[in-house]
Amino acid sequence: MTRDIAVVAFAQTDVRRTTDELSEVEMLMPVLHSVLDRTGLKTADIGFTCSGSSDYLAGRAFSFTLALDGVGAWPPISESHVETDGAWALYEAWTKLLTGDADTALVYSYGKSSPGSLRDVLTRQLDPYYVAPLWPDSVALAALQAQALIDAGDTDESALAAIGTRSRRVATLNSHAQIRGPVPQGDYVVRPLRTGDCPPVGDGAAAVILAAGERARELCSRPAWIRGIDHRIEAHSLGVRDLTDSPSTRLAAERAGAFERPVDTAELHAPFSAQEVVLRKALRLDDSVRVNLSGGAIAANPMMAAGLIRVGEAAARVHRGESDRALAHATSGPCLQQNLVAVLEGEPR
Amino acid sequence: MSKEPVAVVGIGQTKHVAARRDVSIAGLVREAARRALDDAELTWADIDAVVIGKAPDFFEGVMMPELYLADALGAVGKPMLRVHTAGSVGGSTALVAAQLVAARVHGTVLTLAFEKQSESNAMWGLSLPIPFQQPLLAGAGGFFAPHVRAYMRRSGAPDTVGSLVAYKDRRNALKNPWAHLHEHDITLEKVQASPMLWDPIRYSETCPSSDGACAMVLTDRAGAARAPRPPAWLLGGAMRSEPTLFAGKDAVSPRAGRDCAADVYRQAGVTDPRRDIDAVEMYVPFSWYEPMWLENLGFADEGEGWKLTEAGVTELDGDLPVNMSGGVLSTNPIGASGMIRFAEAALQVRGLAGEHQVERARKVLGHAYGGGSQFFSMWLVGARPPES
Repeated sequence: MTRDIAVVAFAQTDVRRTTDELSEVEMLMPVLHSVLDRTGLKTADIGFTCSGSSDYLAGRAFSFTLALDGVGAWPPISESHVETDGAWALYEAWTKLLTGDADTALVYSYGKSSPGSLRDVLTRQLDPYYVAPLWPDSVALAALQAQALIDAGDTDESALAAIGTRSRRVATLNSHAQIRGPVPQGDYVVRPLRTGDCPPVGDGAAAVILAAGERARELCSRPAWIRGIDHRIEAHSLGVRDLTDSPSTRLAAERAGAFERPVDTAELHAPFSAQEVVLRKALRLDDSVRVNLSGGAIAANPMMAAGLIRVGEAAARVHRGESDRALAHATSGPCLQQNLVAVLEGEPR
Repeated sequence: MSKEPVAVVGIGQTKHVAARRDVSIAGLVREAARRALDDAELTWADIDAVVIGKAPDFFEGVMMPELYLADALGAVGKPMLRVHTAGSVGGSTALVAAQLVAARVHGTVLTLAFEKQSESNAMWGLSLPIPFQQPLLAGAGGFFAPHVRAYMRRSGAPDTVGSLVAYKDRRNALKNPWAHLHEHDITLEKVQASPMLWDPIRYSETCPSSDGACAMVLTDRAGAARAPRPPAWLLGGAMRSEPTLFAGKDAVSPRAGRDCAADVYRQAGVTDPRRDIDAVEMYVPFSWYEPMWLENLGFADEGEGWKLTEAGVTELDGDLPVNMSGGVLSTNPIGASGMIRFAEAALQVRGLAGEHQVERARKVLGHAYGGGSQFFSMWLVGARPPES
């Protein structure tokens, strides 16, 4: 069975440091309306709905049920939810469309990191018996990875600083980004990572519509066809991983067909500067590829949405005719433990 | 363009108990996965992808535990997908895994659901108050008791029906070695004399809190041909969701449940579920949900479900056995409870259910629900492959 499936619309919120005045549902609703408006579809027209979010960010169990109320699930809808970044919700929706059970899918995800201390919250992702009790935070773990890269001669602190600087400079063109334009590289947060190497903590939401075959052409003048999509996970224990490499990204890219022909654009979900170095190597991206024209996750990193935003940003460039073949990458877990790669193409103009 | 037929060729469960203090979460899930692989006579290397589900992360106090469980489930280097759809999650997880095979993305997929309730406290995990948002009440019984009361008023069912369900399910559990509660001295009088928790739901009409995991190996036609034991074939599967609360919601017989069943029956060519389906593993966390779901799923007309229960139709040797395994009333590792329903349905059509096997079980329904009676997932499995 082969069925062509495309991203036909994408919408996202502005990512902000705090959104105290908004519930998660209130933050999400404008994005849902916006992405539906772009296609002229209504909730009732959607064949399958899939979302991604985290109870640990919301601070309550079953937090996604509140968002469902906002979607307007009446009459009842065919719907599912993943407890991770929305890029994996998109993957589940893609498989649903592949089976032919649905022709359109709404995918959304959201995260509000502002109510808690994100660095502390993310320690709860770690092995609950041997690692989590030590509370090693997300920046400290990313710093281990950065130091390993420096020790291996793959980068140095000034090269890392340049990644953050470049990302935030191009983010001036992205009205949704949280950090736009130059900021001081700052002091060490955890050596060797300085403020400028780390993503901002922020709140945001994103939504995508997928459609199959002719339906995609009806809904979008230049659909971003998903030529391949795959995701892979690595071991959890940092001690058994080579943090300077990302074999799971490379394997996912192979399975997604990323190496069959060069891409012109890549959106990488690299919250920390050093992770862009790892991903560029794993994905064999040279200077001919335009990387993170959105500014990437180092300019705006809403948890559970930042990966889906990478797919959406890559697709939007195809929609606008700015890219013919784009790679989108999403990550989950400490130090790039789990990675997803999608290859999106536009038809010849 | 047709979907690849999906077969269940391996099933594994842990012995469900109140607290598995002898194993970690990783140890618990690996035990179930290992048994499913053994049943299928496969190794970790034969598995292309892992789809895992569980109820809220607060139930163990681990955020996105699939990251930590990648090694234990042999998922390193493979795709691993985590599903979370409230109480229906065990069923939804199996359906997402089946979809990977049906879409021919993968040939053989391991799917697993678990809960290790003893690691944390589920009731307080469900009871985090947030201003201006609708919290679930402390303890699910308080939420569902009014719906049961509404059913009793609507249907005119006698007060004793709930105790009949509990008495039946707890006796069925005695024939299931994996079940949590094994109450050898159970009597109907004891059920009816147990303390009232949430009127009209008594203590013995309520599910326990369990530690447990359930795993299945799903595969394509070629994989089924290699299977050492009879496979169960997926004949239809669906999920439906509706909002928690809204004007006009029928909390007794939610439309999402009816729609979900109708979708499954359409896929499987079932026109009269009462006649065409041989047995049901349904999600009954409080006894009265058996007659309620019998109606919601189309096995009885509205207001008539309790008569099937009262007449013994749903007994193990009845005409439409329900919860042959002892059901959620005897075993409730929350996130796994839906998958156990799906797996027990598959065991029946494979003829491998042991002492609680129903004779001539050719088509069996697995059912799960969650949230405020708003998330539904179901599958119908058969002893023979779907007609293509």
